[in-house]
Parts: sequence; C-alpha cells; structure tokens
Amino acid sequence: MAGIGIRDVVKRYGDTKVIHGVSIDVADGELIVIVGPSGCGKSTLLRMVAGLEDITGGEVSIDGRVVNRLEPKDRNIAMVFQNYALYPHMSVYDNMAYGLKIAGLSKEAIRARVDKAATMLQLQPYLDRKPRQLSGGQRQRVAMGRCIVREPAAFLFDEPLSNLDAKLRVQMRLEIRQLQRSLGTTSLYVTHDQVEAMTLADRLVVMNAGVAEQIDTPMNVYLHPATTFVAGFIGSPAMNFMPGRLGADGRAVTLDTGAPLRALPEPIAGHGEKAVTIGVRPEHLTLVGSEAAELTLRVGVVETLGADTLVHGALLDKGQAVVPVAGEGGEVLAARLPGNVAVREGDTLPLRVVEGALHVFDRETGRRLADV
Amino acid sequence: MHKKVTFRGVALPLALLLPQLAITAVFFLWPAGQALYQSVLRQDPFGLRTTFVGLANFERLFSDPLYLNAFQVTLVFSIAVTAIGLSLALLLAVMADRVIKGASGYKTLLVMPYAVAPAVAGVLWWFLFNPSIGLFAHALRAVGVDWNHLLNGDQAMILVVVAAVWKQISYNFLFFLAGLQAIPKSLIEAAAIDGAGPFKRFWTIVFPLLSPTAFFLLVVNVTYAFFDTFQIIHATTSGGPGQATTILVYKVYSDGFVGLDLGGSAAQSVVLMAIVIVLTIVQFRWIERRVQY
Repeated sequence: MAGIGIRDVVKRYGDTKVIHGVSIDVADGELIVIVGPSGCGKSTLLRMVAGLEDITGGEVSIDGRVVNRLEPKDRNIAMVFQNYALYPHMSVYDNMAYGLKIAGLSKEAIRARVDKAATMLQLQPYLDRKPRQLSGGQRQRVAMGRCIVREPAAFLFDEPLSNLDAKLRVQMRLEIRQLQRSLGTTSLYVTHDQVEAMTLADRLVVMNAGVAEQIDTPMNVYLHPATTFVAGFIGSPAMNFMPGRLGADGRAVTLDTGAPLRALPEPIAGHGEKAVTIGVRPEHLTLVGSEAAELTLRVGVVETLGADTLVHGALLDKGQAVVPVAGEGGEVLAARLPGNVAVREGDTLPLRVVEGALHVFDRETGRRLADV
Repeated sequence: MHKKVTFRGVALPLALLLPQLAITAVFFLWPAGQALYQSVLRQDPFGLRTTFVGLANFERLFSDPLYLNAFQVTLVFSIAVTAIGLSLALLLAVMADRVIKGASGYKTLLVMPYAVAPAVAGVLWWFLFNPSIGLFAHALRAVGVDWNHLLNGDQAMILVVVAAVWKQISYNFLFFLAGLQAIPKSLIEAAAIDGAGPFKRFWTIVFPLLSPTAFFLLVVNVTYAFFDTFQIIHATTSGGPGQATTILVYKVYSDGFVGLDLGGSAAQSVVLMAIVIVLTIVQFRWIERRVQY
C-alpha cells in the first residue's frame, strides 16, 4: 500500500501563485498522468512530490507518510527526467548502481539488482558503455533502470519521452506501460502530449493554469469533459465550440445564429435561458441528406489521412458564416469523415451530430452542464 | 556537397598569413634561435669577443648550486601557486554558484583582481606586508608572528605565493564558475534523489564533470607560475632574500641582464624552453586522457 496523496497543494513564488490547491490521490500501483499545456504547473507539482521544490501549502504524502519536510532521498521515490540526467562520466552499470552504492548495499546485492534490471530492459550488452555511446531510446532505458534498481515506493516521470523521435516515442510508451504494469509501482507521469496521456494513464489529471480541471479515467475525460478547456485539450482535432442558448424549458438548444439544434432528451434543470457553449467533436459529425441536416459546413481545407478525411470549414446558416466562440478550440468547424468521402474545397456539407454526442457548457464559467 | 574554397596561386594566402608569421618570427622564432645560439657562446667581460664553448654553459649551470636551488624554489612556488590558486578558486566558484541574491555583485568583485596589472599587484602586496609600514605585517606582529620577509626566506616565499595566487584566482574562478553552470541542474537533482548529500554530490558528480576545466586550468596555472610571475616577484621581493624567491625565469633575468652573463642566461632559457615542451607533452599525453568522459 504505497500510494501518493496530494492534498490542497499550493505553490507560490513570491507573490505569484502558480498552483492553486491541487488534490490528487494516487492509489497503490496506479499510473496517473498529469497532462496540460506548458506553464500549467504540472512539472512543478511533480517536483514538489519529488522534493525538488518547496511546498508552499498543503500536504504531500507517500506511502501514508507526510513528506513535506523530507529531503528527496528520504522520500523513497525515483524520478526519470526529461533529459534523462544520466551521469555522463559513469558507465551504464555505475549509473544504475550509484544510488545503491550510496545506500550501502553489498557489491553482490548491487550486481544482482542491476543485472536484473538490465535484463528486464535489454541493457545487458551496454553495461560498460558511457551514456554518450547510447542511442536516445537506450539512454531512456538506463534512466528507467536507475529507477527500477532502487525499488522505490513510487516512480515520477517528467516528460520522459519528449526528447525522442516520433517512432521511438510510441515504442517507449508501450515499454513504460508494460514495465509499470509488471512491476506494479505507483507512478506519477507528467506530459504535454495528450496521446501519451490517453494511452498510458489509469487515470488522467488535466491541469490548466495551476488548477486540476478534471481527474478521471481517459475515457471519461474524453466522453464527459468537465470544462471547455478539458474538452478542447483532449481529443484531436480539437472539439468544435459554438455559442448557443438554452430554451426556457432547459431542453431546446439554439445556436446564436438562430439555427435550432435538436432538443435535449433530458432538461437541464435550473439553467433555462442560459447562454451556453455547445461542443461537438469532429468525429461525432456525420454526413446526412440535406433534409436531416443540423449544421451546414462550407469546406475550406480538406486533409486526407487515408482512413479518415478531416474537413475544416465555416459553419453556415442561411448562407452566412457563424463566428465560433473565440479562443475555444479553433476558428473553424472541423469534421472527421470516413476516408472514402470525396469532398472538395467550396462544397457545402449537410451534417448531423451523432446521438448523445452534444456537450453543453456554461458559457460564463466554462463548466459542463450536461452531456446529451 | 561541401564546396571547398581554395586560393589560386600562393601570393594572396601568403600575404594573409604574413602578419601572424611575422609576429611569430620576430617575437618567438628569432629570440628562441638567439637563445639557442647564445647558449653555446661565451663573451668576455667587455663584450668584445665571443667564443664558441659547446655545452660548457650547460655544464657549468648544472654544477651551480644556486641554479639547482632555483629549480627547487620554482618547484615549491609553482606547486603552491597552482594548488592554492585552483582550490581557492573552486571553493569561491562553488559558493558563488549557490548565491542567488547579489550574485553579479560578488562575481564582479571576484573577477576584479584580474584587471590589476601584475606589477601593481606586486607593489600592493609589498606595501601590505612591508615589515616597517605594512598593515598586514603590523597585524601579524600583533598576534605574535615576527613578520619580516626581507630577512626570512620562507616568509618571502609565502608573500610571493600569496601575491601570485591573488592575481590568478579571478581567472580560475571565472572558468570554474562557467564549468559549474554548464552542469545540468537535473544531474544534481538526480543525485539528490539517488541519496547523495551535498559533499557526496560534489565529489562524485560535480568534480568529475569539472575535471576538463580543472585540467585546462592546471596547464594554464603551471605556465603562469613558471613564466608570468616575473613581474610580481620583481615588484615584491626581487628574488630575495638571498635567492629564496628566485625562480628560474627570474634567474634568467637577473643573471642575463643584471649579471650580464649572456651565455649562461641563454643556456637557462633553453632549459626553460625544454621544460615547457616536456610539461606540455606530459600534460596532454597522460593527464588529459584520463579526464575525458
């Protein structure tokens, strides 16, 4: 039972508050990914758990023990850095053995542990090499190995894959996942890459401007984003946002252009006549006959991906383009259509929203009102 | 493809190289050749006649106890200057690297001695330690040290070492600081997580990573102690008392230009040249290989 508890953690640099009270509970053996744009405070949060940054307020506990005042070495954690932070003057073996030597383990015990980790990571042939003689992926594995040999209560990952090329990143992502599963070590993983976040995480923490906007499983975050920020950040291409208004009954939805969308199956109680932001994911728009169309798209740019065709264009209403909500997920309406659909620039496409894929957010607060 | 730029003919490249070649020829090759030539000659006291004497100058040199003494003095002096200069500079650089508030102020102050001319530095220390009027000499006497470097050879040595180290410390400091700042912070953090305390981190991570810088400074400092400390010694002790602070390069000067033994002085220069060559080869061949990582 070696979880990590982060309770109302606050970070302040002088008068600037960068983390505004974040609480996360990482269960034993769980891999939690903290994802967010650069500057959202995700790395700072991780470094506070590691003990590399002071905790201004709140409480961090590892394995049930409050560690706020403990040195990094006393927290029983291991960390993988973005640049790997391998000791350049030491061999791969010595890099992995460094922490164990300091801990005062016997030579035999160190050799046994390093050998075990090296076998697991396929690093056996490279134990005598220096880090500069290794490829990016191998360095990454050494950094992992250095963590594994210490058998810590938790792994901390600080954007470990962002220095690798795209192909290697996919491969290392799988390796990290398998390794974490087989070791069952509680892990906290920071990244700005939403694909990494979605594929690795048991649960996802989406951070924005020092606040954890949503903590949930990847699928729940995708299906029920808590805020317009989360909705726009997770999913690619980003969710379409359109300004609209709820009817007095809390069911009817009208776009600000005057075009009515279908009524919601369940009324959103207490929010009648409210200004809202309507969110629709590009993959939830389907091509229909013009009589069934809810939205009409005038095609601007077509991206052919093979399996899919991405269509970017302007939302039309009675021949007029609708201005989407500023700053919330793209200037234009995007639709992900099957790859066999032939569309050209200038076409008008009648589209319909897939059943149950309409997201309604409070326009003022950006918070989710309902998913229908 | 990489396009190779070549000159047609030899006139232009020669003309472009000429200034550098001229400087090297006039200020290095010619004097060095002169020294070599002079070292096998002997002049009569009035400078009227020179005779070829073969290696007699060298033979005389190595049987001269004063010259052998100068060797020993040089050894002590350069080891002391290099060791103290490097370790103090490293200590200061590590301290300055930690300071956040007013860091640039400290750094400026620490670099300032480098801007002082060696002769001025020598005079400064001469004043501070002057047995009759010196501030430090007075203070030392107050705590019971009978300071008189005009009579005590060991104290004279301490004085020139202090002056020479003080002059060189800024240079060392700058390089060490730059070296420290080039070490990624994440390495130190990784070591901290691995359980290493500040001292352990310094000796197992920081210092090995600084070793290329330290090696470079070692070469520079030995060269400095051997050759560039002439002015400081001249201004502070003039090689005295007796010959207690006469290092090899100072002896070249005093025998050649004060004693007017041109042949002997030239032979000393040749020996010095040989030492420089050997030192450089040793340093780059053997030591540098070990500090590469």
